Amino acid sequence: MSWDISNIQEWSWKEHPIGAVIKAPGNSRLIKTGGWRSLRPIRDEEQCNDCLICFIFCPEMSILVADEKIEKIDLDFCKGCGICAEECPRDAIEIIDEIEAQTKEKSGT
Amino acid sequence: MALLESKTVALVGNDAVAEAMRQVNPDVVAAYPITPQTDIVQTFSAMAADGLVKTELVNVESEHSAMSACIGAAASGARVMTATCSQGLALMWELLYIASGLRLPIVMPNVNRALSAPINIHCDHGDSMGARDSGWIQLFSENAQEAYDNIIQAVRISEHPDVYLPVMVLLDGFIISHAVDRMDLMEDEKVRNFIGERSEPYTMLDSKNPTCVGPFDGLYGYFFEFKRQQEEAMKNSFQVIQDVGKEFEKISGRSYGLFQTLGMEDAEFVVIAQGSGAGTIRHQVECMRSSGIPVGMIKLRSFRPFPAKQLVELLSGVKAVAVFDRSDTFAGGMGGPVFIELRSSFYEQEKKPLITNYIYGLGGRDLSIALVKQAMQEIHEMASSGRVKQMVNYLGLKE
Repeated sequence: MSWDISNIQEWSWKEHPIGAVIKAPGNSRLIKTGGWRSLRPIRDEEQCNDCLICFIFCPEMSILVADEKIEKIDLDFCKGCGICAEECPRDAIEIIDEIEAQTKEKSGT
Repeated sequence: MALLESKTVALVGNDAVAEAMRQVNPDVVAAYPITPQTDIVQTFSAMAADGLVKTELVNVESEHSAMSACIGAAASGARVMTATCSQGLALMWELLYIASGLRLPIVMPNVNRALSAPINIHCDHGDSMGARDSGWIQLFSENAQEAYDNIIQAVRISEHPDVYLPVMVLLDGFIISHAVDRMDLMEDEKVRNFIGERSEPYTMLDSKNPTCVGPFDGLYGYFFEFKRQQEEAMKNSFQVIQDVGKEFEKISGRSYGLFQTLGMEDAEFVVIAQGSGAGTIRHQVECMRSSGIPVGMIKLRSFRPFPAKQLVELLSGVKAVAVFDRSDTFAGGMGGPVFIELRSSFYEQEKKPLITNYIYGLGGRDLSIALVKQAMQEIHEMASSGRVKQMVNYLGLKE
């Protein structure tokens, strides 16, 4: 069933389905949980050999894979838990401070 | 055995309720089977074992689990009931809020008995008053007949699309639950036609329209909106309780509303009570009215929702009102729960009666005719003198 919740944050109390029921499956991807993150994983593409151990361990399925190779880390949902860095056998993932990462991004360095 | 004709029987309140449950024939009953459970579940279990109902009976290890199982079953689309009492209700506490928050129609008789300490197994309303703000509809019964009738009506009220709230049917411990009462049972078919098919707010078992029930709401937060919806459902239930009561009268000859009145057409002072105490009070009111004393009474059936507007309309012209409460709020002098709500209902009114409170019967202390008489004389004096002598009185307390 299609259920448009794009504007849900503006809904009046009269618009929500009663009992806080979620009426359509699969819409958790609309709720981006990466905003909780205080630490950010940075992957060293040269060190990484795409063994995909991080993909197996990531509890948020935030290691995006295409053609058996790591495409990128999905920061919309990564909560910065650091499990990927802990498990990486080649130390190819570094955990850095999220605020510093954002500051660097803004200044373009 | 199916009941093909209505008949007059002598039953204890617990068996009257179990009989109503047999006729409702719920899909699931989950209950904790031992103390503080009452004979309701014992009798119903025997009925289930004898094949008189198609109910899936789930014996669980606590009332907390009983209500959890009921919530799961109700969310899957089943018609669900359970029964409890006193400490059992207290152990259900956090689940009560989940049942109402998920808007699940569940019907639960609760035998009103005191909460410990000290340990006490007798009647007062302290257990269900603790669940006052849990979002359940609460209907009081005066006797076994009303407990039976309330169960049947509760199914309809709970499953009404404007409501979808769980309903607690309250009956006084021992006085109703364990005492034999003369009452009428209705035919099975009549009851089944009256309750009809289960109507549900949603179901988890529709594979074409899958739903997620009980999600986390702490990030973006619509919790506030859902609570407002619950309040709206409670407001809607005023009308539904009255409509269902009228429809029930057509098949039973017994009328039900938010409350029942006696002598209100000319009463100068009025007593309000709920539960079995109303029977004792009615006797005294009738005696006094036959000697020409202008006393009236209101037996409150619906405590949740609280019919403030209707009570204010009925009472604004009288001189004095005494509220009988079978529990205390321990607020440091504010009185019992019904008293607090009634008194607060009059705040905006220019014309209002003097209001006093009688807390009585805690832990099963008997409400005798002599005590009611004593209170009535005091209220009569209050009405004549135009002055409240004492706001909160403890009736029958050893001073």
